[in-house]
Amino acid sequence: MHNGMLYLVAGWSGCFVMAIELLGGRLLAPFFGSSIYVWGAIITVFMLALSIGYLLGGRWSLRQPSLTRLAVILLVAALTALPVVLGADALLDWLSVRVTDPRLGSLLGSLLLFLVPTVVAGMVSPYAVRLLVEDRQRSGERAGRLYFVSTFGSALGTLLTSFYLVLHFEVNQILWAMLGTSAVIAALALASDRRAVPA
Amino acid sequence: MRRGTLAAAALLLGAAPLAEALSLVHSERSLYRQVLVYEDQGTRCLCFTRGCVIGRQSCVTLAAPEKLYFEYTQMMMAALFMGPRPQRILVIGLGGGSLPRALEKAVPEAALDVVDIDPAVVRVARQYFNFVPGPRTRVYEEDGRVFVRHALREGRSYDLILLDAYDHEYIPEHLLTREYLFEVKRLLTPGGVVAANTFSSSRLYDSESVTYRAVFGEFYNLKSANRVIIVRNGSLPALALVRQNAASWAPALRNFAVDAADMAARFSTAVDWNERARVLTDQYSPANLLNGR
Repeated sequence: MHNGMLYLVAGWSGCFVMAIELLGGRLLAPFFGSSIYVWGAIITVFMLALSIGYLLGGRWSLRQPSLTRLAVILLVAALTALPVVLGADALLDWLSVRVTDPRLGSLLGSLLLFLVPTVVAGMVSPYAVRLLVEDRQRSGERAGRLYFVSTFGSALGTLLTSFYLVLHFEVNQILWAMLGTSAVIAALALASDRRAVPA
Repeated sequence: MRRGTLAAAALLLGAAPLAEALSLVHSERSLYRQVLVYEDQGTRCLCFTRGCVIGRQSCVTLAAPEKLYFEYTQMMMAALFMGPRPQRILVIGLGGGSLPRALEKAVPEAALDVVDIDPAVVRVARQYFNFVPGPRTRVYEEDGRVFVRHALREGRSYDLILLDAYDHEYIPEHLLTREYLFEVKRLLTPGGVVAANTFSSSRLYDSESVTYRAVFGEFYNLKSANRVIIVRNGSLPALALVRQNAASWAPALRNFAVDAADMAARFSTAVDWNERARVLTDQYSPANLLNGR
């Protein structure tokens, strides 16, 4: 039960990151186009952010790791993604007037909008590995399974968003749904930790 | 489903000739796609897929390079019938350069700006399709929407804007939204004209129609295998005036194999789409998904 919740959080986090990345392309296109540079900038920022997130998540797992704290990471990732829904257009409009080169502009825009939430989302996986691993012998197996779930979640998030969600919903509606789902899953994780600890 | 779409797309662009009849003249991989030049019985075509299986982007008859090969390009030229001779013209989407070449000759006094995202396409148009920009022509290698926003900030304006940046394989979705069309409209001089090469089938037809209506109001619809939307910044000129202008353009356009009277006869304001279709916006723009349905 406890482990199931860890996998759910990691899988959802993977899904969340890729959905935002894909929609990020949508958000940037009106201002910087959809040239190969723009996608290059977005992917660069997401990879950079995830790499930093892995490092930070691993470090933070050294100090009293708990499912509650993992839930907080998920919640903070959602909260720091709020500006993507609330202020992306205003920010990108402001930026595109000042930085006219689409390469630099899309890189800066992606950094401002996506760096922080993606760093935080990147913390989820190593942190969850810490909670899953009980002994050294099974550590690789557990980590492998977690990578599977989180990357599978990414694949699912990419497919769902690009093939179906954009056909029925507005970008911001999808983003709100993603943020809401993060909040719900974080709440479930908190509740399950409360129930598990006193017993 | 997908296969049917591709077949329909090939049909729309004029059935692609059999692959074995084509001889490959040039091939290069660009940042975005494969850029291919094929020849077949005196016709040279630009394609983005092997054997032109998803249709041809642009073609010239080598013996008569002035001739506008595709019917849709002839319909685009009919935008000239909407009002006075344009002084400043913008073409978004170069392809083989058919339209810019024709416009340079038909309206030699006009300043012409041409935008294409793919530097390889610009190179190939010069080398294989005889697109040699004249002294009043400037070519920009840039995303169409980014160009439009820059042009707005610089206070530029145009009397005629031709939108030709889509093909059947892929539509840049940010170039088919209400917000984009509003930006294009703001680039127009009062009475300025937009002509757009778009689609004549699939669910996208409905969405595209209501999106143009939302921005420009009533428009002229010209249909054949493709569909061309012609709108004006301000109310549409009466059909009688369009026909009168067509008559005065007729001799000049004959060089390009454009039958002005035939084109003028196609102008229609009939609503033949589902008016309750969803308007495409920056928030909702699944143009490629709709195009497949």
